[in-house]
Amino acid sequence: MATENAGGSPVEYIQHHLTNLSVGEGFWTLNIDTIFFSVLLGALIVFVAMRIGRGLRAETPNGLQNAAEGILEFVDEQIRDSFGSRAPKIIAPLALTILLWVWLMNFMDLIPVDLLPAIASGLGVEYLKVVPTTDLNTTLAMALFVFALTIYYSIKVKGLGGYIKMFLFHPFGKFLIPINIVMTTIDELAKPISLALRLFGNMFAGELVFLLIALLTLGASTSASLLIWFPLQVVLDMAWIAFHILVITLQAFIFMVLTIVYIGMAHTLDDH
Amino acid sequence: MSISITLLAQLIAFVLMVWLVNKYLWAPLSALMEARRKKIADGLSASERGKHELKLAQERSTELLREAKDKANDIIAQANSRSNQILEEARNNAKTEAERVVAQANAEIDREVNRAKEELRTQVADVAATGAERILKREVTDKDHASAISDLIARI
Repeated sequence: MATENAGGSPVEYIQHHLTNLSVGEGFWTLNIDTIFFSVLLGALIVFVAMRIGRGLRAETPNGLQNAAEGILEFVDEQIRDSFGSRAPKIIAPLALTILLWVWLMNFMDLIPVDLLPAIASGLGVEYLKVVPTTDLNTTLAMALFVFALTIYYSIKVKGLGGYIKMFLFHPFGKFLIPINIVMTTIDELAKPISLALRLFGNMFAGELVFLLIALLTLGASTSASLLIWFPLQVVLDMAWIAFHILVITLQAFIFMVLTIVYIGMAHTLDDH
Repeated sequence: MSISITLLAQLIAFVLMVWLVNKYLWAPLSALMEARRKKIADGLSASERGKHELKLAQERSTELLREAKDKANDIIAQANSRSNQILEEARNNAKTEAERVVAQANAEIDREVNRAKEELRTQVADVAATGAERILKREVTDKDHASAISDLIARI
């Protein structure tokens, strides 16, 4: 691994890997790699969905349709658990999208860290960050959309007055209104931020560990030291991949469940 | 890795993805599954109804069978009585016929007896007349003759 960047120091190697392929400056930076891979994976979902949709059979579902039905049932169950039967129509496709898309984007983490960047540099692309969920923009975008939906449904269910009342009287009753406003605002804002940062942090850390494992043989110049470090690297990499399969699935699941829970909470009428 | 316009791009991509997943995956598949669920429920209720109908039909068939048995028994009883009746009639007919034949035969016998008696009478009269002639060696007058015969006849 990592022979392409063998000339750099470990710090340079890691920094190189953590730099997005981007155009523009400052706020107007567009991370091409993040957008490219997320759209590519989204297209994959849509492509598979269309393939399933073409051969849809009610009586004798085939393999792919069975898998899709299983996932769909699973998502539906999660929704029913926190909504009962009166879930809004958007929640099911939203949760399904999050589960599939986030999982696939996380899955990019399991592709050897140097494989795609090496191919890209062979094609003349200098930087490439292949895991869209290690870009805070991706996770925060999704979290903000979920946040917008929670506000929308809060106001829709409780009314605008009810929503404002929640800020005024929520944790401590009507005698501590200023504190209530601060508390509830923090409470509400913590939801999207924690949602975004949890996924981002997990994926970023996972990516970093893969990079560190890759670094084991980076500095090795003699074949004797390679003999020691290479088997260790293989073992560590396999162990971390096995663990990370759980992490990416769990993170996708947590993102989905929290989305459902937050929107579900927006639907509960407060008795304060 | 700072927040940038990429966020907006990803937001648009995400919303688009939700819409596409709904259009191509969730909507058709959940509609299909809902239809299947309904079909299964319909099938189950239909089978329940079928069971109920079967039970009713069984009850009805049992009843019909019982009715048919009763009817058959009636018919057999009727047939038996009719056969007895016919037998009785035949017996009666035979009896009257036999009586009639016997009566006829009796009448025939009586006639024969009378005829034989008549014949015997005339023959006896002749014999008597002849005998008397021979005894008397003389011609008996017709008057004597007649009185003697009637005397004889009366005595027979």
